[in-house]
Amino acid sequence: MELAGLFFYLITFLTMAGIYAVLCLALNMQWGFGGLFNAGIAGFYAIGAYAAAIVTSAGSKSHVGGFDLPIIVGLVVAGIIAGLVGWAVARLCVRLKSDYLAIATIGIAEIIRLFIVNEEWLTNGSLGISHIPRPMEDWFVGKPAEIAFALFVWSLVLLTWFVAHRLYISPWGRVLRAIRDNEEAAESIGKDVQSFRTQTFVIGAIFMAVAGALSAHYFKYFSPDATEPILVTFLVWVMLIAGGSGNNKGAILGALVVWGIWSMTEILTSMLPDGMTTRSSYIRMLLIGLFLQFVLQRYRSGLLPERAPKLRI
Amino acid sequence: MTNPILQVAALTAGYGTSSIIHDIDLVVEEKGIVVIVGPNGAGKSTLLKSIFGLTSYFSGDITYENSSLLGISTSSLVPMGISAVPQNNNVFPSLTVAENLDVGTYASAPKNYDQTLSLVLELFPDLKDKLSQPAGELSGGQRQMVAIGRALMSDPRLLLLDEPTAGLSPAYLEKIFDLILQIRDSGISILLVEQNAKQALRIADMGYVLVNGKNGFTDTGTNLLNNDEVRRAFLGGGAPK
Amino acid sequence: MMDFINYYFIPGLTLGSIYALGAVGISMIFGILRFAHFAHGDLMTVGAYAALTAVWTLGIPALAAIPIGIVFTCAVALFTDRFFYKPLRDLPTIYTVIASFGVALILRSLIQLVWGTESQVYETGFQKPIILFDVLRIATRHIQIIAATFVIAILLHLFLTYTRTGKSMRAVADDPALASIAGLDPEKIVRWTWIIGASLAAIAGIFVGLDTDVHTNLGWNMLLPMFAAALLGGIGRPLGAIAGGLIIGMAEEICTFPVFGEELISPSYKSAVAFVMMVGLLLFRPQGLFKGRVL
Repeated sequence: MELAGLFFYLITFLTMAGIYAVLCLALNMQWGFGGLFNAGIAGFYAIGAYAAAIVTSAGSKSHVGGFDLPIIVGLVVAGIIAGLVGWAVARLCVRLKSDYLAIATIGIAEIIRLFIVNEEWLTNGSLGISHIPRPMEDWFVGKPAEIAFALFVWSLVLLTWFVAHRLYISPWGRVLRAIRDNEEAAESIGKDVQSFRTQTFVIGAIFMAVAGALSAHYFKYFSPDATEPILVTFLVWVMLIAGGSGNNKGAILGALVVWGIWSMTEILTSMLPDGMTTRSSYIRMLLIGLFLQFVLQRYRSGLLPERAPKLRI
Repeated sequence: MTNPILQVAALTAGYGTSSIIHDIDLVVEEKGIVVIVGPNGAGKSTLLKSIFGLTSYFSGDITYENSSLLGISTSSLVPMGISAVPQNNNVFPSLTVAENLDVGTYASAPKNYDQTLSLVLELFPDLKDKLSQPAGELSGGQRQMVAIGRALMSDPRLLLLDEPTAGLSPAYLEKIFDLILQIRDSGISILLVEQNAKQALRIADMGYVLVNGKNGFTDTGTNLLNNDEVRRAFLGGGAPK
Repeated sequence: MMDFINYYFIPGLTLGSIYALGAVGISMIFGILRFAHFAHGDLMTVGAYAALTAVWTLGIPALAAIPIGIVFTCAVALFTDRFFYKPLRDLPTIYTVIASFGVALILRSLIQLVWGTESQVYETGFQKPIILFDVLRIATRHIQIIAATFVIAILLHLFLTYTRTGKSMRAVADDPALASIAGLDPEKIVRWTWIIGASLAAIAGIFVGLDTDVHTNLGWNMLLPMFAAALLGGIGRPLGAIAGGLIIGMAEEICTFPVFGEELISPSYKSAVAFVMMVGLLLFRPQGLFKGRVL
């Protein structure tokens, strides 16, 4: 019994870590390959979650939706919408210096959040969308369904990794890294810097939306609270830096390790005296904030550093 | 060898982990003008930057007034009596000319502020009616004067100049070399890196020709100008007129 | 017309003043330390809560608690710089940006731990507005905020133009490498940048509490319009940032003014105004309205 409990805890852990691994790989494409600072991960994640929720859930009186379409359609729609938004953002912002891009993407995420909270006809506002289906629900119930979903998530992690890896080793990826390391040099050999950057931003945005869709299916309920920038954007950044930006395996490892640490802080804070438990989530935030500082100062290149020679960021 | 103010001994330095200059020796005598010339990429600017603590050192030493400069931070050199004028971006563009000169005194106040200021304005009379204009609006030659002026405001004993005539019209060129002589006559030792090798060597007490990051030829300015090999290889077509 | 002034213009000017005070620090830090300081909003929150404690424990009014808020916020800013930003100083600045993101989180979670998440007010009770010429209604707190910002802007201008430290700061903002060569001690300038930035952030945070209430997201929510203000004014141009803050604040309020019975923009999308202005500016005039640096 003990062992079974531990096993299902591990399944839950792997499911969440898998969703974060997709986000982390997506950020690695944008930041690790392209040097594009996206501080609005939560926005693309939310787009994906809501798109999937609206497309795949059964009817509801309170908002548009109830298309009841297959999960795969939801994933595709989520990717398309996020890709289009990402394209618009990228067209406007990729030529900006990284600090400016960070500010601009925070702004985009904020506008997406405002849209979700305010446009109740579409998103049901702050109440959120419920009864979101999970894949393979008809075939498995109870514990096996958890395992099936975890496998589904990790098959998408593998798919994302495969795409990221192919991109990294392709000539396209080489140009991208050349741009990241020395923009002027890349431009001088006739590479269209802006269009390479736009492409990587869009691909990253699509996979962020896929991760959002996965978490909507996993929780079966999604509200604006779940797109809190700290949890999504910040954790993903910590994961990528700790894992090793530029390295796809590092991104996955970072997601696992940091999600592990994050889960451990939950266990730690649950051992606090009663009066403190209400504040435990703030202690966890504090710890992860300090963890990031530690990583930045001591292990900047991450657990699995990028192997290709790095000239300059 | 009478009274060296600055001595570079067997210096190897560069950027990051790669060295650009190798085993460089150089001496600046008190109240002397030393000129460093050489083709592009010979390491002239790197040598100057090394003295100013902006490179990584691998071996050798730099001594100023008998104490080593290695490991001394850039910003603490002005109080020691060393001023430098970089080649580009050598004025604070949004500050007025007066403010640019004023900033020169913050790290090391001159003994008599007003006297130093009027001395500087005597050297550069063109600046007098531009004092309240932002330095960014001045012409290249005027900026060069503001930059040298700023460096002089701290009453330095050693002045480092990195190609002060680069990009200037021939009229200004003469003016700058003339000014350098005047500055030296006021008792300041000068280390000058120059592209316009012929004119520069004419005012030099000692000249150093750097070749591929190493000491090539070292002699008095006049001897270098008369050295056939130097003339053929480094002063030939390269220098104007 | 009077409705416009009473309910849109004056509140816009008030909000703009708050943005302005926050944006000065952002602009100076961007100009001198060369990075986008994402924890600046949370420094405001720190100031607001430090003053709240002073109001509670000493029983003084919020305005009298400003010095306490300033001292505490400066201490926090200098501490974070020493332990979180300084170790990264020689690296590409983007690492410091990421670190400041983390500092924002650290500060906010500490505030939540110490003070809890409930919204608080400095003083309860309704403030009667001052009525001028029978038609102009201004709340006392609005007058205080606007007047204080005006005075601070003048003091800041005098400081930057006439003091040695002020001129050194402008020099470093212009060209840090040249400033080092000219013998200016960069760490001293950095210290002053934090002291001024944090002081004004604390004042801005206390003003937010005075105008509405004190809550843990107070500063973070204002980060975007403050960045927009700093960019509008031109990076490294503190006075430009003040102008930028006023413009953004007014734009946000005035955009919700009903013209022909129809609001220009739904008030719920107010915070998008700053963003749109910022992106437009970055694309078409990256040096800002007042010719700052382009980093």
